Amino acid sequence: MKSLFAKMAMATALGLGMMSVQLPAHADTKVGLILPYTGTYAALGNAITDGFNMAIEEAGRTDEFSIVTEDTEAKPPVGLAKARKLVLQDKVDVMVGVVSSGVLGAMRDFVHQSQTPLIVANAGNNLATGENCSPYIVRVSFSNGQINRPMGTWMAENGIKTVYTLAPDYSAGHQMIESFSAAFTAAGGEIAGSEFTPFGQTKDFGPYLTNAQSSGADAIFVFYAGGGAINFVKQYGSFDIKTPLFGSGFLTSPLYVAAEGEAAIGVRASLHYIPTLDTPENKAFVDAFMAKHGTMPSEYSVQGYDAGLALMAAVDAGGTDKENIAAALPNVSYVGPRGALEIDPATNNIVQNIYVYDTVMGDDGLTQKLIDTIPSVRDDVAGCQM
Amino acid sequence: MDASFWLLQFLNAMQYSMLLFLLSIGLTVIFGLMHFVNLAHASLYMLGAYFGISVSALTGQFWLAFILSPIIVTLIGAILYFTLIDRMRAAGPMNQVLVTFGLIFVILDLVRLGWGDIALGLDAPDALAHTVSFWGISYPAYRLFIIALGLTIMISMWVVLARTQIGAMIRASVENADMAASLGIHVGRLFFVVFCFGCALAGLAGVAAAPIFSATTTMGITILIPTLIVVVIGGLGSLEGAIAGSLIIGFLETFGAVLLPSLSAVLTYILLAVILVLRPQGLIPARG
Repeated sequence: MKSLFAKMAMATALGLGMMSVQLPAHADTKVGLILPYTGTYAALGNAITDGFNMAIEEAGRTDEFSIVTEDTEAKPPVGLAKARKLVLQDKVDVMVGVVSSGVLGAMRDFVHQSQTPLIVANAGNNLATGENCSPYIVRVSFSNGQINRPMGTWMAENGIKTVYTLAPDYSAGHQMIESFSAAFTAAGGEIAGSEFTPFGQTKDFGPYLTNAQSSGADAIFVFYAGGGAINFVKQYGSFDIKTPLFGSGFLTSPLYVAAEGEAAIGVRASLHYIPTLDTPENKAFVDAFMAKHGTMPSEYSVQGYDAGLALMAAVDAGGTDKENIAAALPNVSYVGPRGALEIDPATNNIVQNIYVYDTVMGDDGLTQKLIDTIPSVRDDVAGCQM
Repeated sequence: MDASFWLLQFLNAMQYSMLLFLLSIGLTVIFGLMHFVNLAHASLYMLGAYFGISVSALTGQFWLAFILSPIIVTLIGAILYFTLIDRMRAAGPMNQVLVTFGLIFVILDLVRLGWGDIALGLDAPDALAHTVSFWGISYPAYRLFIIALGLTIMISMWVVLARTQIGAMIRASVENADMAASLGIHVGRLFFVVFCFGCALAGLAGVAAAPIFSATTTMGITILIPTLIVVVIGGLGSLEGAIAGSLIIGFLETFGAVLLPSLSAVLTYILLAVILVLRPQGLIPARG
C-alpha cells in the first residue's frame, strides 16, 4: 500500500514535471515574419521561411509560437508599412526577416522607436550594425563587410597581386567591393581596375568581362546575386575569359548554382555557410532539410534556421515580451550548421566563420568544396553606439 | 576603347536588338492589324523560356525545345485568343489594357506555382557552346546565332509582307480592314493567323534568350517596357517601324550602359519623350 502510494506520488510528480516542461510558463510568443514572397527576392523569402519553420518544428515548439507572415516584396515603403502593421495591429513580440538592405533601412527607425526586437535574417547593410545600430536590431545572417574582408586578405595571402572588381551600382555592391578592396590592399594587393554596372539593368556583361581581362589583372573579384549572378557566371563562361573569377559567395550560391551550369566550376568565393561543411551539426541539418524539401539547403535556409534557434534561445533565457527578448538576444551563442555562433553585444551583428570554397562537379551536379576557413570573423564597432 | 571594344559592343547591341525585334514585331503587327493592345505578349516570351527549359530538361535536346516551345506558346496564345482576346476586340483600348495587364499577373503567378521562384538556366547547345574568334575578338557562337536568327526572320518577314499575296492581304487589312473585307479577304481568319504567328515569335524569343539570360518570373515584365518603347518609337503596326525601333533601343541601351552608365537609365525615356512630342505617330508608322 505504501509502495503503491509512493509510486502514485512519483507518477504525479513526474507528470507535473513533464507538464511544466511542455507548457511554457509564459504566454505564446507572437512572431512576425517580414519577408519578400513576391518579386525579385521571393525565392530568398521562401528559403528563409522554410529554415525558420524547420527550427521551430524540430524543437517541437510550434504551439509556443504564433506566426504572422507579411510580404514586403523588395520595396522599402511596403516593408515599412508591413512592419507598422505587424507591430501596431498584430502586436507581435518580435519580427524576423528582411532580405533587402533597402527595406531594412526604411524600417530601422520605426523598429528602434517602437522598441520591437528584429532578428535580421538576411539584409547585410553594414550600417544596420554600424552607425545605425540599435539595441532592438540583431543580425544572425551576415554583414556585407564580414563576407568580403576575409576574402581580400585571403586572396592577397594566396599569391594574387592584382584584382579587377565588378559589382552592381547600389549600396550593397559598393559596401561589398569597398570592404574587399580595403582588406586586399592592406594585405599588399593592388586594385587594377574597378567598375560598377547599372543595378538591375545590365544583362550583358560581355564588354565588362573583356575589359576586366584586358586589364591584365591576376583575378576578377565580383559581387552579384540572384539573376545577375546567374547571367554573370554564364557569360563569364560563354566569353571564355581566362582570368580566374573570385567572388562574394552569393555569386555561386547553392540556391541557384545549378542554373549557372559548368561555367561555375572553378569559381572561388567566400560565404558564411556552405552545405558541404563536415560537422555533425551541419550533417544533421542537411539530412533533415533534404528529407523535408528534397533539395540541399542554402545559406538563406540556414539564416532562417538560425533566426529560429536564436529566437528560441532568447525565449528560454527569459524572453517573455518585447523588452526581454531584445535584452536576451545579444547574449545568444550556440553551435549551429554554420559552426560556432555568437552575437557581438557591441554591434548586435553575428560573429561567425567565413568559408572560402570552390564550386566543383560532384556526383549529383555542382557542389561546394571547402578550401579554407577563416574562424570567428567579427565586425569592427564602426560608429555603433547602443 | 579600341576597335575590338566597339565591335564587341556592336555585336551585343545587335543581339539585344534582335530579341527586341522578335518581341515587338508580334506586338506591333497585332496592334496594327487588330487594334488590340496585348500587354500579355511579354508573358508569352516568359512562357517560351520556361517551356523551353522544361522540354530541354525532359528530352535533353535543345533543338527540340527550340521548336516545341514556340508551338506550345502558340497554342496558349490561341486559347487566349478564343477565350479573351476575340471577345475584347470591341471593348476599347482601356479595357483591353486592363484585361491583358491583369493577365500578366495571372500568368506570372501560374509560372511561380509551376516552376518556382528560383531562376532557371538553360545550356546553349553543344554545337554553339564555344567562342568564335575573328578580327581580334572572341565572341560566343550562340550570340552570333541569335543575331543570325533575328536577321533571317527580319528578312523573311519583309519578303512575305512586301512580295507575297498573303503579305498584300495583311497590308491591305492593316490599312483598311473594311475595304479589305469587301474585297473578299477573310479578315477575321487573317487576324487569327497573324496573332498566332506573333505568339510563336514571342515564344521563340523566350527560348532563344534563355541560354543567355536566366529564366525568372520577372523577365516578362522587365522586357515589356523596352518592347512597348520600341513599338511606340517605331510606329504602330509597321515592320519597318519595329526594325528601326528595336535597333535604336538596342544600340541606345547597350552603348548607354557602357559609355554613360549614370545616364543610361533615362536615355531611352528621353528619346521616347522626344519622339512623342515631335512625332507622336512614331518614326515609320503603318498607314491607315
